[in-house]
Amino acid sequence: MSGTRIRVDGRTVYVGNGSGHPDTDAESVVFVHGAGMDHTVWALPARYFARQGLRVAAVDLPGHGRSEGPPFDCIDAMAVWLGEALDALAIPTAAVAGHSMGSLVAYRFASTMPHRCRALALLGTSAPMPVTDPLLNAAKDNHHAAIDMANTWSHSTGTLGSNANPGVWMLGVGERLLERSAPGVFHADLTACNTFDAESAGAMIQCPVLVIAGDDDMMTPARAGLDVAQALPDARVVRLEGCGHAMLNERPNEVLDALIGVVPT
Amino acid sequence: MADDEHRGPRPTGFDTLALHAGQRPDAATGARATPIYQSASFVFPDSDFAVGLFNIERAGHVYSRLSNPTNAVLEERISALEHGVAAIAVASGQAAMHLAVSTICSAGDHIVASRSLYGGTHNLLQYTLPRFGIETTFVDPRSPAAFEAAIRDNTRLVFGEILGNPGLEVLDVPTVAAVAHDADLPLLVDSTFATPYLCKPIDLGADLVFHSATKFLSGHGIVIGGLVIDGGTFDWEASGKFPTLTEPYEGFHDLVFAEEFGPQAFIVRARREGLRDFGACMSPTTAFHVLQGLETLPIRMDKHVANTREVVAFLEAHEAVESVSYPELPSHPDHDLSARLLPKGAGAVFSFEIKGGRDAGRTFIEDLSIFSHLANVGDAKSLVIHPASTTHHRMDAEALAAAGIGEGLVRLSIGLEDPDDLIGDLSRALRRATRAPR
Repeated sequence: MSGTRIRVDGRTVYVGNGSGHPDTDAESVVFVHGAGMDHTVWALPARYFARQGLRVAAVDLPGHGRSEGPPFDCIDAMAVWLGEALDALAIPTAAVAGHSMGSLVAYRFASTMPHRCRALALLGTSAPMPVTDPLLNAAKDNHHAAIDMANTWSHSTGTLGSNANPGVWMLGVGERLLERSAPGVFHADLTACNTFDAESAGAMIQCPVLVIAGDDDMMTPARAGLDVAQALPDARVVRLEGCGHAMLNERPNEVLDALIGVVPT
Repeated sequence: MADDEHRGPRPTGFDTLALHAGQRPDAATGARATPIYQSASFVFPDSDFAVGLFNIERAGHVYSRLSNPTNAVLEERISALEHGVAAIAVASGQAAMHLAVSTICSAGDHIVASRSLYGGTHNLLQYTLPRFGIETTFVDPRSPAAFEAAIRDNTRLVFGEILGNPGLEVLDVPTVAAVAHDADLPLLVDSTFATPYLCKPIDLGADLVFHSATKFLSGHGIVIGGLVIDGGTFDWEASGKFPTLTEPYEGFHDLVFAEEFGPQAFIVRARREGLRDFGACMSPTTAFHVLQGLETLPIRMDKHVANTREVVAFLEAHEAVESVSYPELPSHPDHDLSARLLPKGAGAVFSFEIKGGRDAGRTFIEDLSIFSHLANVGDAKSLVIHPASTTHHRMDAEALAAAGIGEGLVRLSIGLEDPDDLIGDLSRALRRATRAPR
């Protein structure tokens, strides 16, 4: 079933629904992708929760996937935008899951609008989320080296083999997704990550939180994810041994099992 | 910062990918080699997980027609080697071609194809697919303008072989891909003769690639198999011409593949429809044999090419040989293109015309002792065939001429033997063939 196209701030926004047919009073789950990605990284969990009867909203952030640009270069602006998108979708409250940059958007959304967030899942997270100068500079020049850096560092060193998804070369998928980004989008995303100011906003988050950390994550080391969890009042951590940053590709079943534990159904 | 100052991580090398991509030591047993999972089905942990596998919510295996752990290693490995996003292993090269076509073409659609094709592919396009409403226009593979001119409103695919069969026309992939993309169409390339070691069509602009894995990929003439690789590069939605990928599919609960799976749209539909419904799956034992071949592909292809160069040089200088067609020769029309697209070598299959026509050709083939007379290429052993009487026997004289096939044309597939022994075998047979009464 086709996703939904809504208007937010006068721009078209695409929202994937996992092929669901939810009841009008169904609980909602929102998925927010990472830098340079789009909603398709959530394909499997989106389809799972849609089958459970939840209303799924896997958004394409502005400038990503099928949503019109320009992109934001600030996490706070993305979080405000997410609230407006959920208004347009008539979703008052939801469980919110974010990966990488999307985890920061979810984190900020939950801390600034805690009444709208029923549960929070932070995958591959870090607060702050510093980005190295070589990656930022290459992305600024729209150079393919930025894609190579992000894609290589997003996968564990063992990802030469054994994808759980039959026949899928996950490094190839990551590269193609990043290549689909319009010029400037990836740099805007990385700038947003690099300038994110966590401060003590976590104290505002009252809902149950799940942090999923990959022990071989080179982009947001597991230690950073544990620090995020420790600063929150009600956080649980799932550590994935041998898993890198691209955990939705590397460990789709374990990630879904963890999400099932936190998303109200 | 200057553009050329950016440095990404060094990518994993081809030889390493050929050995490791897609596989880790078996978690249960520690087996270093890829186990052959000779099982039709796989046990579900619970009912909800089972539904999740069927509904593409979970990763894993259900039934070996749809996927199998041994095949998955092969599929992942060839995807890595071809620089694609995903692949499907199927029963033969013909099944691979059929899966690619049937995933995006329907009755009423049209294909533009090179006219220099493997005979089986020609049969599929010329005779069989029209029965199902899919027509093909065949064009000169050396003329991108001919590809462009043949494109119609209902064209859905542009297709060619990286090295044409049997004339070894080199497909100008970057130019033909640009022609296809200008018309919002994908380019499919049969890269069987090159293998990803010699050429990666996706890096040159192709969107889909297929192989007969029977040939150099497995490399020992012991299995029949095919592989389809999705480059993940084509924008099916922007094209607007591919409803199988961009509109709800009733056969899978109104799934819109391009929307939910982005760069994997083609390969997910191919697995969830084509493999499911047509069922031309590869056996896991075959996948194991192809994997064994891939592990030595780089060193085998270097030896295949080196031997071929020696044999080509011998034949070109031989008085009983009318002409030799190999893209690395300055006399070949695609010499420069071959050097650009196939810098490591133009493969190990080539053809030559023996003086004396059909009778001399027949005598020559029958007098060879190391070369085997059979219908295959890409074996570790050297092979020979007479296309006009075998692989292309269904083509009439006019069609043969159009495909550049002379009646005395002999095709060789050079193996891994000592090159001096191959040359000795050819020398003896040529001598007898040219002495024989005609």
